[in-house]
Amino acid sequence: MSSQVINAGAHGHDHGHDDHHHDSGQMTVFGFWLYLMTDCILFASIFATYAVLSGNFAGGPSGHDIFELNYVLGETALLLFSSITFGFAMLQMYKGNKGGVLAWLAVTWLLGAGFIGMEVNEFHLLISEGFGPSRSGFLSGFFALVGTHGLHVTAGLIWMAILMYQINKDGITSTHKTRMSCLSLFWHFLDVVWICVFTVVYLMGVL
Amino acid sequence: MANAHNSHDHDEANHGSVKSYAIGFILSVILTVIPFYLVMNPSLPKDMTLLIIIAFAVIQIVVHLYYFLHLDGSKAARSSVTSFLFTALVIALLVGLSLWIMFSIHTSMMAK
Repeated sequence: MSSQVINAGAHGHDHGHDDHHHDSGQMTVFGFWLYLMTDCILFASIFATYAVLSGNFAGGPSGHDIFELNYVLGETALLLFSSITFGFAMLQMYKGNKGGVLAWLAVTWLLGAGFIGMEVNEFHLLISEGFGPSRSGFLSGFFALVGTHGLHVTAGLIWMAILMYQINKDGITSTHKTRMSCLSLFWHFLDVVWICVFTVVYLMGVL
Repeated sequence: MANAHNSHDHDEANHGSVKSYAIGFILSVILTVIPFYLVMNPSLPKDMTLLIIIAFAVIQIVVHLYYFLHLDGSKAARSSVTSFLFTALVIALLVGLSLWIMFSIHTSMMAK
């Protein structure tokens, strides 16, 4: 009798522990979502700053003079492709296919790195032509906004590289699943911010 | 026990599928290419183009939230959706009121 109680107790405890672990993973992801919501407000502030400064050219170039929409369309395509490949990495993770996760993450990483490479090249060309952030209010706002987004993507790339190393070493553990879910939210969130960037900065700048 | 497990599965967040990611991706491509085309090959009046590119951006954000971030009507997504709606309100106040104040100041300064 008493051993039965102990067994039941032990079983109950184990089950409770499993549930707790599962829930704590979900709570971590929700906590990360709340962080992303505060990040939205950071971006909203920079967007408002850009919108206020966007007409202050100080005799310098306007968006119409310096933006190459074909180039921006290329950047947008890279980021959009990286969103769907990250989605495929998540699907492979739920299947428990470690090789698939690593392969899709590698593709996502290369697409993200391509995006950052294009952005750095764009910034480099603008600065070398004398259109750096100190040229006008418009360019200060532009570099602050697009640069903040680029820094976020760079942080995502570093995070992804570390996670690929960890998954390759340990396999798909529940901790890594939680980390993948957070990074997935982060990555898709950055694509959403980019929709606002290409619409407000590039399309409305050239229009 | 089995029942509890099933109901638990039912509450799980929607993880998406190859099909849902593909639909989201194709919609995003369409919603990106059209505004770029309209700005690169101006054929409509500026005001109308502006309205269209803003509308397409808003629709594409909703597409991303639904197909990529899995913000849907499921129970698991409820707190995420609520916090997002609150954030959207804060963003509307932050951006809308900032622009209102700054452009009012701008207009007042020009008038003098």
